[in-house]
Amino acid sequence: MEKQSDLLLDIQHLHTAYRLNGKFYDAADDINLTLKRNEILSIVGESGCGKSTIASSIIGLYDHKNTKVTGDILYNELNLVGLNESLFDKIRGNKIGMIFQDPLASLNPLMRVGDQVAETLYYHTDMDEKERHARVIELFNQVGMPKPEETYAMYPFELSGGLRQRVVIAMAVACKPEIIIADEPTTALDVTIQAQILDLLEDIQKQSQSGIILITHDLGVVAETADEVAVMYGGQIVEKADVKTIFEHPLHPYTRSLLNSMPQSEDEEEDLHVIQGTVPSLQNMPRKGDRFAARIPWIPASAHEENPVMHEVEPGHWVRCTCWKTFHFQDEVSGE
Amino acid sequence: MWKTVLRRVLIMIPQLIILSILVFFLAKMMPGDPFTGQINPNTDPKQLEALKRAAGLYDPAPVQYARWVGNIFKGDLGTSYIQHVPVTSLIADRALNTFWLSLLTTIISYSISIPLGVIAGKHQDEWQDQAVQIFNYVTFAIPAFVFYILGIWLFCFLLGWFPISGSVSPNASGFWGTLGSQLYHIIFPAILSAVITTTGIVQYLRTGIVDNKVEDYVRTAHSKGVPENVVFNKHILRNSLLPIASSFGTVITGLLSGSMIIETVFSYPGMGKLFLDSIQQRDYTTLTALILIFGFLTLLGNLLSDIIMSIVDPRIRIK
Repeated sequence: MEKQSDLLLDIQHLHTAYRLNGKFYDAADDINLTLKRNEILSIVGESGCGKSTIASSIIGLYDHKNTKVTGDILYNELNLVGLNESLFDKIRGNKIGMIFQDPLASLNPLMRVGDQVAETLYYHTDMDEKERHARVIELFNQVGMPKPEETYAMYPFELSGGLRQRVVIAMAVACKPEIIIADEPTTALDVTIQAQILDLLEDIQKQSQSGIILITHDLGVVAETADEVAVMYGGQIVEKADVKTIFEHPLHPYTRSLLNSMPQSEDEEEDLHVIQGTVPSLQNMPRKGDRFAARIPWIPASAHEENPVMHEVEPGHWVRCTCWKTFHFQDEVSGE
Repeated sequence: MWKTVLRRVLIMIPQLIILSILVFFLAKMMPGDPFTGQINPNTDPKQLEALKRAAGLYDPAPVQYARWVGNIFKGDLGTSYIQHVPVTSLIADRALNTFWLSLLTTIISYSISIPLGVIAGKHQDEWQDQAVQIFNYVTFAIPAFVFYILGIWLFCFLLGWFPISGSVSPNASGFWGTLGSQLYHIIFPAILSAVITTTGIVQYLRTGIVDNKVEDYVRTAHSKGVPENVVFNKHILRNSLLPIASSFGTVITGLLSGSMIIETVFSYPGMGKLFLDSIQQRDYTTLTALILIFGFLTLLGNLLSDIIMSIVDPRIRIK
């Protein structure tokens, strides 16, 4: 049995729409997700599928003039949707920490990195300057910074990509947030550094018992770190399950196509699977029918639901539409 | 930091040498010589020849150049053909006048343009921004001399609030009286030339704020829970002020070289007016001295810009 307090974030019917040429288009379309304590939830999908939109909706950082967010994002019975900015500032950085993709652009070029981490503490704790400094050093040690004292006084441009990302992580976890949102945290980094950063995130999650939302397009990252996985396509979640199920028993055609496009070291001869076409732009996204149908044209229209909804095919494993039942890859024999 | 400065100063040396050679040959190519102003119908051409020879005007150019440079180091910039006084004393009085006028102009200019730039950037595309843009278009499009003359006509002639010309009233006496009179004479030209020089700073600042607002590090600051106004002042504004800080060096150049237009329109005895007068009177010694000084000030201004940049922007500092 789960305790109620284990539920950190409950997202229900979230719609985030951006204004384009005067009209609003849903970039995140009816999202239902939950994040529990001690869980790494991974949201995975191609560029433009709405992953980052969910992140910015949760933390309330979007262009308020041109974005419309509806639905509920419940954090401890507090609805973050439409929350007043000054209240939100007490949560951001304090209860919810955020890690961004590009660690150089994410840091203020004119501020010493230590001061940038200390700034978080300034707004959420009553530590004095000395205590803040000590805490930053402690954090730098925690995130594996080689020379914490010297690094404190350095500027972002003086650090390598991996070290910058450690600064960003130190910033995000400074106040021991319950929720950490990592938006493509390793995309801008070397492969060798990627693994280190992922290990670090896992360590931090274990120590702080927090929940992490890990947004990525890299299935390797998902396999290595995630507990739960939500696969997104065209602003919708198309499949949701625990990581083992997603990799061993994927159902939705999109999930299967994604996994098939991953390089497998065993069969070097085989060509990689390529998903036909591209994700339609926000304005051209079909709002009716299966959004992925256009990219698997060999599957007859009758295989798709008219208005695809999520089905729980086995406990905890949700799939959108029924087309998975008859789906096959183009080079496979139909009905296999 | 100090290495950056030292390197920049060393770069200035060849620049100065080239500048001085250019100015020297410019002066050589001009008609007339130091005795032109002393010629009258009774002058004996032979005596003039002897004077010229004695002054070294027939020496080879490099010798003359070396002598000229030597004199500059001794503080001798030659004697004005027209006014028959050393150029240095001519410049000394004007430089001080120009300094005070330009300083006041700069202070007023920044105190107008920085708030305007901040308002425009903060309220991008809203009515406040549009109002600032209209102000910008007007002050940028109107020719300076038209603006000054309109100003004089309205405030000095019709309303009679400010004196029309000069740098000090002849009746002023005592330290405070003179100072008050001087301030009274420069305040209006300073306001006028300040208003018309705001465009660049306002636009730089506005664009800087608009660009920085959408930078990732601003989003990071928000994600830390930093309040909106602090994000603006501490993160956005500081980064947006960089280009303005770097332009400050050229402003300092202007402090001493002055503005030809404002000084001429107000008959204000400063460096700019001296320069224009020297051209009109073909006072070549004064002219070459002024060109040399202006060139030197420009180099100095660039040096200052670089030093200021390396202070405010850690990325510029060279290790």
